[in-house]
Amino acid sequence: MINLVDVNKDYFTRSGPVRVLRDVNLTVARGERIGIVGRNGAGKSTLIRLISGAELPTSGTIERGMSVSWPLAFGGAFQGSLTGLDNLRVICRIYGVDAGKRIGFVEDFSELGLYLQEPVKTYSSGMRARLAFAISMVIDFDCFLIDEIVAVGDARFHAKCNHELFVNRADRAMIIVSHNAGYIREHCSRAAVLVDGKLHHAGSLDEAFAFYDQETAIAA
Amino acid sequence: MSSPARTLGRTSLAESWRIQRRVVWALLLREILTRYGRHNIGFLWLFVEPMLFTVGVTALWTATKAVHGASIPIVAFAVTGYSSVLLWRNMPARCILAMEPNLGLLYHRNVRPIDIYLSRLMLEAAGAGISFVVLTLFFHFVGWLALPEDILEVIAAWLMLAWMGMALAFLIGALSEFSETVEKLWHPTQYLLFPLSGAAFLVNALPAQAQHYVLFLPMVHGVEMLREGYFGSQMVAHYSLGYMAVCNAVLTLLGLAQVRKVSMTLELQ
Repeated sequence: MINLVDVNKDYFTRSGPVRVLRDVNLTVARGERIGIVGRNGAGKSTLIRLISGAELPTSGTIERGMSVSWPLAFGGAFQGSLTGLDNLRVICRIYGVDAGKRIGFVEDFSELGLYLQEPVKTYSSGMRARLAFAISMVIDFDCFLIDEIVAVGDARFHAKCNHELFVNRADRAMIIVSHNAGYIREHCSRAAVLVDGKLHHAGSLDEAFAFYDQETAIAA
Repeated sequence: MSSPARTLGRTSLAESWRIQRRVVWALLLREILTRYGRHNIGFLWLFVEPMLFTVGVTALWTATKAVHGASIPIVAFAVTGYSSVLLWRNMPARCILAMEPNLGLLYHRNVRPIDIYLSRLMLEAAGAGISFVVLTLFFHFVGWLALPEDILEVIAAWLMLAWMGMALAFLIGALSEFSETVEKLWHPTQYLLFPLSGAAFLVNALPAQAQHYVLFLPMVHGVEMLREGYFGSQMVAHYSLGYMAVCNAVLTLLGLAQVRKVSMTLELQ
């Protein structure tokens, strides 16, 4: 169970603090897949970073009763001067798992071949994304946080990622953040809408999307 | 701001300690790889670099018979002086703006700013420590240096200097995250501190008035103690272990408070 109670988050700017999340409450049970939709700048990624624990809330509490991944789809965790394999080793050491047993999977999944022995700074953005996704599948979590993962690689690799995530890990909880309603509808059983830092819960997916459409229509 | 921000988990203190050790170790190995790579002598640079500095300074001071006011062994004087400078100067330098190149790793919940500082500081301390030992043994072997008279005192003094370096590094490093001025000011400050730090003089050789002022600097106490341990029978040392410990404790407290602030206000994007 993940439980957010009255979470607020301020960022500090030159013109004073800006509140990016206001009184957010959210509960995610084991195995539950919840989508969070919102326009660019609504605070989706911030919310994901707070749930992951990478950033801390300004006020409120976040309780994690299960293991939670780092925000997936995020490809920047690499040290450019290190090779793909060295980066894998760093992540494995941080999470206390044996990298040796996982190299095969990463080689297979990322399809990077000999490039795994090359510095990541020589990779194309597609190659980085493939490595990032392969490495995030190496550590096992009860709940995966997925931030706009749709953009990973070409269509074939995209399908492979979806299979690894939604079929092979069908029993895991997921929090998926996107501005793409279709993606959420496809993979989630419940959705909430984030508008200007406030999280609106809806009874059903349809209700959530109706509300989201209305919000985007007004804004446009 | 109103209520304290808490992130509840089910992590006991023992478990936290285990995680922290694991994370710092992971960062340490990564730091060795990124800084020294797998090329030529690799991580040997860790202590070869400070060694080259110390050898160079020793050579210069020997050649110019630098002012040190007493007939003391100049090689021991240089080795102790420069080895102590390495601690309080390089440790803060390594922690200035240390978050930016590590933002990617901070996405992993268990990697906190303090872990990044700790891994860098441990590496820095290891480099300075190994070079100190290797230099002592090397110069002893070629007959330029007598071994320390009181090895325990040398170790204690070195640890005090390392503690000071760490505390200062926490403070300067964390402050640099809030203001770029800190980074700009640290460079001139460090240059100005060098001639005052006791590395290049013995306190006893200074006029009484100067002694009084220079002893406000905690590192001077550390260097004096270090030298007393090395060649105490040939000098009169001026230091107060208690004063240095209080300074270190205050610096540590201020430093950790700022590191905590960095942690609380960390913005990844």
